Amino acid sequence: MNKKFPSLHLKADDFVPATSTEKESLVVMRDSVNFWKDGFRRLRKNKVAMVSLVFIILIIIFAYILPSFWPYSYEQQIKYSENLAPFHYSETEQAQIDAGQKVFPHICGTDKLGRDFAVRLMMGARISLTVGLVCAALVLIVGSLFGAIAGFAGGWVDNIMMRFTDILYTIPDILLIILLATSLKPRLEALSATPGFMWMQKMGPNLIAIFIVFVLIYWVGMARITRSQILVLKESEYVTAAKALGASNARIIRKHLLTNCIGTLIVTTTLQIPSAIFTESYLSFLGLGVTAPMPSLGSLATEAVKGMNTYPYLLFLPAVLISVIILAFNLLGDGLRDAFDPKLKN
Amino acid sequence: MTKYIIKRIAMGLLSIFIVATLTFFLMNLVPGGPFVAEKSISKAAQEALASKYGLDKPLFEQYITYITDFIKGDMGVSLRQRGRTVSDIIFSKFPVSARLAGIAVLVSLLVGIPLGCLSAYNRGKFADNFIIVLATCGIAIPSFISSVILLYTFGSKLNLLPTVGLNTLSSYIMPVTALSIYPTAYITRLMRSSLLDVMGQDYIRTAKAKGLSNFKILFKHALRNAILPVITYVGPMLASLMTGSFIVEQIFAIPGLGREFVSAMTNRDYTMIMGTTIVLATLIIIANVIVDILYKIIDPRIKLK
Repeated sequence: MNKKFPSLHLKADDFVPATSTEKESLVVMRDSVNFWKDGFRRLRKNKVAMVSLVFIILIIIFAYILPSFWPYSYEQQIKYSENLAPFHYSETEQAQIDAGQKVFPHICGTDKLGRDFAVRLMMGARISLTVGLVCAALVLIVGSLFGAIAGFAGGWVDNIMMRFTDILYTIPDILLIILLATSLKPRLEALSATPGFMWMQKMGPNLIAIFIVFVLIYWVGMARITRSQILVLKESEYVTAAKALGASNARIIRKHLLTNCIGTLIVTTTLQIPSAIFTESYLSFLGLGVTAPMPSLGSLATEAVKGMNTYPYLLFLPAVLISVIILAFNLLGDGLRDAFDPKLKN
Repeated sequence: MTKYIIKRIAMGLLSIFIVATLTFFLMNLVPGGPFVAEKSISKAAQEALASKYGLDKPLFEQYITYITDFIKGDMGVSLRQRGRTVSDIIFSKFPVSARLAGIAVLVSLLVGIPLGCLSAYNRGKFADNFIIVLATCGIAIPSFISSVILLYTFGSKLNLLPTVGLNTLSSYIMPVTALSIYPTAYITRLMRSSLLDVMGQDYIRTAKAKGLSNFKILFKHALRNAILPVITYVGPMLASLMTGSFIVEQIFAIPGLGREFVSAMTNRDYTMIMGTTIVLATLIIIANVIVDILYKIIDPRIKLK
């Protein structure tokens, strides 16, 4: 009879503390996944991007580490070894081999001045990669700071700064690049000869000229993207909270705004690298890139054009390498965009 | 609308003016002058030539003279190709470049748009993947490399096509191909992504529900909307064609404006540099202005600012 009504008697068993296994079974929440983990997990699933990433790492090893172990240097002219085909030896080298000495093979042959082409390829890749990476980094710094300041300040400051970029944006960049490259190169070369600027000689004044030119041209796009991101972010609650707590503007930009648009910045920077490499290669083709004996992939291909009927591999190797490097960075950039910034996708 | 157009044109004019000013001072930064390279001329003769063309005056005065002359429509005489005015040279070279660029634009639109549609319609299938791989590669290959490789295979190895100049119809094939690879690849990708976007819209579902044929849906509804991003690309496309044409004109020995610009640069032919830069910049800027205005006219959803 009592069973029909809920009993008001309390049972002591119901108040026994739960065991740890019981507690665990109740926890259904997963570990919180932060922005980076989430992004990298998505990136790892993207096979194309991962292959590109591995390739880029291999190329970096090829360009920055391998030349120091290579028995030849990129400017060393080996006598009597001009225009050798891959894996061929000159007579003197053949004699050395016959005498029992070891001669390192010219894997990619030699050029018309008797320089080992494999190591020149590596140096070329190094220069091209350096141009891409350094330019992208500089563009990132200049562009994101400019954009962040404009977006954050708003009002007339934003207006003036953005009109300035609008005008820069309408100027055809390629004309300006060629102009700047021709006018800056001799100036910097002269400057590097004066005391106090000798350090420039070490890097090559023309390389510095290329950096400056690319930053002057390409920061505009980065600034626009950053600004549009900042405009959205600065209306968010956590920025208001930070302001209420008395954070300085610099701190808000650094800690809250820039960190939150970092996904976009990474993607844009990655996609900036191939475009810088691309531009450097045709500047080299027009004779405005790095100067001899320093090779870039573009200048190696250009040098090989004259002899392409007899020595086609001298043309094809740098041509293929440069295309593949650009391709790899493009694909990685696309992958990063899908992983870190799904909104930007198309 | 009118306000927007006026504003846009004013900004374009300002840009042209800035380009002219920048060019003028930048080219004068370069050490050496137009006559220094000629060893046959004595120092006195060099100075006489310089004073004849007003190069011995202070830079700012030269600048003012140039700008006032330019506004009157006088671009001066070429310093290296004696006896020819700059406008003369530009008018004789421009049609060559324009024809080449025009054909390249047509080719890239005619190839890129259908390829993009095909790719979007077969999303995830073999055709799509194949086209996307091709397009991705096309974006990665610098134009000088594609032109040199074309030259090597079809010009010297197979001996199928003429390698120099633009004298016959067949000699257009290689330069146009080299020029249009990049824009074609870009348009294909652009078209694919925008068509995929449009195909997901409600009005396409409505059209399907009405029982329209795929063909009608594509041409009546999808394409019109999907083509907008491609139109905006036309401005930058002209710029990218120009980058290509500097190189393609060099490689295939085509007497066009791009080649003239580069050689004026190396010769320090000041008036030619100014003339070609201003003309090329003006073309690109005009194209961009027209595209911007067109864009707003075609798509009424975009609010004019």
